[in-house]
Amino acid sequence: MTEYKPIRKVVSGNYAAAYAAKHARVQVVAAYPITPQTSIIEKIAEFIANGEVENLQYVPVESEHSAMAACIGASATGARAFTATSAQGLALMHEMLHWAAGARLPIVMVDVNRAMAPPWSVWDDQTDSLAQRDTGWMQFYAENNQEVYDGVIMAFKVAETVNVPAMIVESAFILSHTYDVVEMIPQELVDEFLPPRKPLYTLTDFDNPISVGALATPNDYYEFRYKLAKAHEEAVKVIKDVGNEFGEMFGRDYSEMIEKEHIDDADFVFMGMGSLMGTVKEAVELLRKEGYKIGYAKVRWFRPFPKEELREIASKVNGIAVLDRNFSFGQEGILFNEAKGVLYSAKSKPVMKNYIVGLGGRDFTVDDVRKIAEDMKKVIEKGEPDVEVDWYHLKR
Amino acid sequence: MSLNTLFGEKKEAAVKISLESIGEYPEAPISLGTTLSNFTGDWRTFIPVVDDNKCVKCYICWKFCPEPAIYIREDGYVGIDYDYCKGCGICANECPTDAITMEKEEK
Amino acid sequence: MGIPENVKKRLSIPADEYFYAGHTACQGCGASLGLRYVLKAYGKKTIFTIPACCSTIIAGAWPYNTLEANLFHTAFETTGAVMGGIEAALKAMGYKVKGEDGVMVVGWAGDGGTADIGLQALSGFLERGHDAVYIMYDNEAYMNTGIQRSGSTPYGAWTTNTPGGKKHFLEKRHKKKVIDIVIAHEVPYAATASIAFPEDFIRKLKKARKIPGPSFIQLFSPCPTGWRSPTDKSIEIARLAVQTAYFPLFEYENGKYKINMPSTKKEPKPIEEFLKYQGRFKYMMKEDIEILQQWVNHEWEKLKKLAEVFG
Ligand SMILES: Cc1ncc(C[n+]2csc(CCOP(=O)(O)OP(=O)(O)O)c2C)c(N)n1
Ligand code: SF4
Ligand code: SF4
Ligand code: SF4
Ligand SMILES: [Mg+2]
Repeated sequence: MTEYKPIRKVVSGNYAAAYAAKHARVQVVAAYPITPQTSIIEKIAEFIANGEVENLQYVPVESEHSAMAACIGASATGARAFTATSAQGLALMHEMLHWAAGARLPIVMVDVNRAMAPPWSVWDDQTDSLAQRDTGWMQFYAENNQEVYDGVIMAFKVAETVNVPAMIVESAFILSHTYDVVEMIPQELVDEFLPPRKPLYTLTDFDNPISVGALATPNDYYEFRYKLAKAHEEAVKVIKDVGNEFGEMFGRDYSEMIEKEHIDDADFVFMGMGSLMGTVKEAVELLRKEGYKIGYAKVRWFRPFPKEELREIASKVNGIAVLDRNFSFGQEGILFNEAKGVLYSAKSKPVMKNYIVGLGGRDFTVDDVRKIAEDMKKVIEKGEPDVEVDWYHLKR
Repeated sequence: MSLNTLFGEKKEAAVKISLESIGEYPEAPISLGTTLSNFTGDWRTFIPVVDDNKCVKCYICWKFCPEPAIYIREDGYVGIDYDYCKGCGICANECPTDAITMEKEEK
Repeated sequence: MGIPENVKKRLSIPADEYFYAGHTACQGCGASLGLRYVLKAYGKKTIFTIPACCSTIIAGAWPYNTLEANLFHTAFETTGAVMGGIEAALKAMGYKVKGEDGVMVVGWAGDGGTADIGLQALSGFLERGHDAVYIMYDNEAYMNTGIQRSGSTPYGAWTTNTPGGKKHFLEKRHKKKVIDIVIAHEVPYAATASIAFPEDFIRKLKKARKIPGPSFIQLFSPCPTGWRSPTDKSIEIARLAVQTAYFPLFEYENGKYKINMPSTKKEPKPIEEFLKYQGRFKYMMKEDIEILQQWVNHEWEKLKKLAEVFG
């Protein structure tokens, strides 16, 4: 391996995504503008305009539904396809997300988390991506711009290994438009890490033609669902291997699907996803100095869900404060709901409380973490939460 | 089953596919064979019968068969592959010399 | 195989067969015949995409493929977009697309998937200028879901959601002129065709192959099941649609209109000729037939003028 000398660039989360797509040598980008995603595809268009990329076809489609459809056509043909969207755009794609996964196409997409309307909002909220939970896509939640960049490159490798599409999720504005230093990988090394795609099938073998996705009767449909379910199971292992390899080559290890700290001596941990975990990390270190016995568990991959890692965390702590920047109406925070489900079969069950935070971009600060830590202490003393779901910021 | 059809060996090679265990399934829903193994001839109520004496070898019937189930024999007359012919009657309707008649099929 | 060499050169359409028998289209289905012709024109080096429609079934249920060509089944409204993605991928991967020896990218969609739910994706496809051929096979209703009206259903037709009744009587809107919408995009090549005139259809397909950019062909495809017509009459009905000028065959190439059929020199046959075998029209009153005839006359005059002025 050539010696790794990172190229440091100060970029927004969106530009980090665009650079990652470029470095992954994507061949087809089909996308449609929407705030706060637009600067990703603008940057990619700029790469093409400046002659910085070769053999990249940019398809300026007329909707997100068509963006995903075009990526599906491209990926089925055999190309590496990429797109990006947000909120309303992602919702419009919904049908085609199922299609991409069902046809086993390793498309990579960045979703910039944005609240669903109405009321209109362009700010951070995870409900858009989590509402796509059951489409068969893998989902990776980035905490910072570096993770956006790394995530896109790793996602291609994981996706192309298991033939399942992957979504890299970043926060509106907090990441998408905030500049930060990102260590980029020289092209030769990205090429070494991520070789050209070897498709499961293509549409270009003209002597042995195939059809893809024909009507399957109840006698066969079931087996294809099982195959996709198995691919997600296999992805758990692949994600760890790829994350490990990435760490060995570039010094940033992603072998953990849940990034965790202080679990071994924590009374309770904060669990959540995405950029808000950056705030939590900072607060945890601060509060530990003040004597709080706390840790954190940042869920990087929401699909496939890291069940084993979560059960292990649960076996070591007395409580988990689940922070959800999302909500499933008629139920509760989505991560909370998932975590409870996973822990039902765990031997030790910590006390859990769900804090609904930051919806529609509501500020979530270090001070909020402190308040929640105070509250959690009481929950653990009592051995049960006062309320299971706490609309933490609500103006009462 | 006769080899003398539009599809020759391909027809011969066509088999019904039924997968019995998960291991036999492809990873993605891609096709594994052709529809040639599906004999649609049993859909028929009326059967086209060609009278070579009337046939002028214009091949209009061949051109318009939607299956396609009409082939052209070595002697230049048309033959019908009854394994596939659904008995729609288009050939009989389009034949300019009325060389094809649709007869009620005894089964 | 099947066809003796000396006969091959006497045939009016290509001898080679890339459309397998054993498919499950209804008896006398125009769409299946249309697909057979497209495959004859383009051969194996073709990538099809087919959205939800009767052709989803015609092309073979899993694990079978009726086409001897690659086929990607796609969602109802996405034909144009998927074609764009396929074409872009081929180019990125270094393939020659369209032209004499390039890979053909073909979208094959029904009238519902084109005139209605897929109109947006079609528009995007045309506007972006992809090198591919979009074929709308027009059976004038949603057949796959059991004969409901589409934007392409003609005035006076019975469908299961334009049934007869005291208050509402049959389809009351005229057929949407999808071809005119296509031409409004100033595409390099657009044409109408009919399964009754395969030589003309195949000639148009071959022309579409040679002309760079997006091409569009609207293919008239009778559906005995949905039209309540005898299965042996599919070709005859399609021929009458042309001869009555209900569905005239014409081409739009580089801004110029050219009428192929029927003859502009003599009166087309009366519309009753087109209606006569079809049960879907049997509820029409005399006035309804007159309304339809007026529409046909108007559209035919319009087309003749266009061909005269922009010929
Ligand atoms: C988004 C969506 N809505 C509705 C359907 C149901 N559907 C499947 S095929 C079809 C009608 C197809 O009509 P057309 O395009 O004219 O093709 P035809 O069946 O007549 O050949 C409908 C409504 C669907 N598959 N997807
Ligand atoms: S259409 Fe009639 S005359 Fe022509 S080839 Fe067929 S059977 Fe013979
Ligand atoms: S009856 Fe129909 S299916 Fe049978 S040979 Fe004639 S045209 Fe073909
Ligand atoms: S319903 Fe009509 S279009 Fe559909 S397969 Fe039957 S005949 Fe063909
Ligand atoms: Mg239709």
